Amino acid sequence: MYVAVKGGERAIENAHAWLAEERRGNTDIAELSIAQIREQLSLAVNRVMAEGSLYDPDLAALAIKQARGDLIEAIFLIRAYRTTLPRFGASEPVDTGAMACNRRISATFKDLPGGQVLGPTFDYTHRLLDFKLAADGDPPKAPTRDAQLGDVPHVTEFLNREGLIEEATHDDTPPPDLTREPLEMPADRALRLQALTRADEGFTLGLAYSTQRGYGRNHAFVGELRIGSVPVEMEIPELGFAIEIGEVTLTECETVNQFTGSKTEPPQFTRGYGLVFGQTERKAISMALVDRALRWEELGEDNVGAPAQDAEFVLYHADNIQATGFLEHIKLPHYVDFQSELELVRKLRREAEAQQLQEAAE
Amino acid sequence: MNDYNFAYLDEQTKRMIRRAILKGLAIPGYQVPFASREMPMPYGWGTGGVQVSAAVLTPEDTFKVIDQGADDTTNAVSIRTFFQRTAGVATTTATRDATVIQTRHRIPEEPLTEGQILVYQVPIPEPLRFLEPRESETRKMHSLEEYGLMHVKLYEDISRHGHIATSYAYPVKVEGRYVMDPSPIPKFDNPKLGEMAAIQLFGAGREQRIYALPPYSQAVSLDFEDHPFEASKADHPCGMCGAVDSYLDELIVDDAGRRMFVCSDTDYCEARQAAGHKGKDAA
Repeated sequence: MYVAVKGGERAIENAHAWLAEERRGNTDIAELSIAQIREQLSLAVNRVMAEGSLYDPDLAALAIKQARGDLIEAIFLIRAYRTTLPRFGASEPVDTGAMACNRRISATFKDLPGGQVLGPTFDYTHRLLDFKLAADGDPPKAPTRDAQLGDVPHVTEFLNREGLIEEATHDDTPPPDLTREPLEMPADRALRLQALTRADEGFTLGLAYSTQRGYGRNHAFVGELRIGSVPVEMEIPELGFAIEIGEVTLTECETVNQFTGSKTEPPQFTRGYGLVFGQTERKAISMALVDRALRWEELGEDNVGAPAQDAEFVLYHADNIQATGFLEHIKLPHYVDFQSELELVRKLRREAEAQQLQEAAE
Repeated sequence: MNDYNFAYLDEQTKRMIRRAILKGLAIPGYQVPFASREMPMPYGWGTGGVQVSAAVLTPEDTFKVIDQGADDTTNAVSIRTFFQRTAGVATTTATRDATVIQTRHRIPEEPLTEGQILVYQVPIPEPLRFLEPRESETRKMHSLEEYGLMHVKLYEDISRHGHIATSYAYPVKVEGRYVMDPSPIPKFDNPKLGEMAAIQLFGAGREQRIYALPPYSQAVSLDFEDHPFEASKADHPCGMCGAVDSYLDELIVDDAGRRMFVCSDTDYCEARQAAGHKGKDAA
């Protein structure tokens, strides 16, 4: 006997209660604190801040805890929260030349002003599980030295002096705001970079990798990769001048790409650019490669039909919150549409069978 | 939930959405880009519809939410609860008592009246999307009223299957101008789109589009003279209320795979049962 399904509300409440219990796990094990996540899972926190487009390590840590470590879910929590925040204004552009770098490397010059600073990198670790971490114990103290003061010039500036690299044009037009205006094509570079900096790390990585393997190859050198903190300044209308309101950690990657010249430009190097919140190196490099691939048109290069060259394809599919939402929605009820398809398929089959019978009879 | 503005969105955002709605009403069937916000439910769960509802709801409104025609499907429950919490509006399951109805995949069976607003959740607003994946191209096709591709697709269906093989999200031409996706409603519901007394608003959150049908607009399902449009449904009466004119869900009721058909519109079915109508499977 069929009874119409009722009690959806109670089912939802119960599911949420169960979820909360599962999130906590075995209560004999000490609960994670927000501070522990912020301090010890900082690269996860950085990714959530970058793709959530909100610089707040504590909120990102809270989101990670609430999302049971599902980073896309955590990014979603941050995005949804971010939407509700009032907007006071825009900061001055940050000056990454004034960055207090804790990592700065160049793959194009052995030495350069500011030096090569490896910083806290996994690069040369041997990927051997460290079983000591399974037990308690503080790590040995890292040696220190005095910080270098003063600005660290960008590598590309040195190339620029010789005219070897394309001029980075200065443009004071306020950039469009992806979070306040609908994304429309064609998208200028400022808008593309905005979309890429919050794009899914995995998707961006895959696209960047595809350019390296020949799908829109642009042979990138990492001219420079730097990670560190920069001050954020904002002009307060009542004061009439900019004051420092805080600082953020950024990862910046500038690639130097081969370019053989076009009808209008002599052979020179070209640029790809990546700038991402937090220590997010893989993402920043990927972003720079994809940025460069998307610039084929302005540089007069051929469109070889590579996915990474297709701005519409890249930008409409790079946002993991949009992607996961639409992907996962197919688990919601579709009884009605499925019913209409059932009727259609039955009808088509009936007719096909009737036709076969008729043909057999003839 | 006093921390949030009435109906969750801030007033500036609501104004932006209302402007898009007004533009949509002024150009029936035209997809208006709008700066869709990230909502506290996932894209694909009805964020477009929720934003449109948030923009049109007033404290005096009575709100109804259906998903697959039913008030008690989980996501309908979730969206109704969301507006109960953030807007404190009265809610109802009775179609005639509602002033704003948010829907996913159905149009209520009971004809809507002037003064009501029907808000559709839309996954892919672009009727040409599966013929041409590029937004830049499809917008051009709409501006030039270049709908030949759509007719070719429908014609190919007929030549292959003998029928137009689109059973839901069946495209309509609005006021002789724009071809519009009515959202994934079954084509059974298509005839209700045109000449409807209520305002129809369509919100696509992820795709950042709003479009609209003002009351009594013309919305004609695409077809051919020799293959006229046909609204179809399962050829059964409702097992619970006996209705022969309503869209039906098909249920599998035992291990032998026995089927039962019941109204997808739960309010319609319950009202008929309360009025004494009885189907063959009713207790």
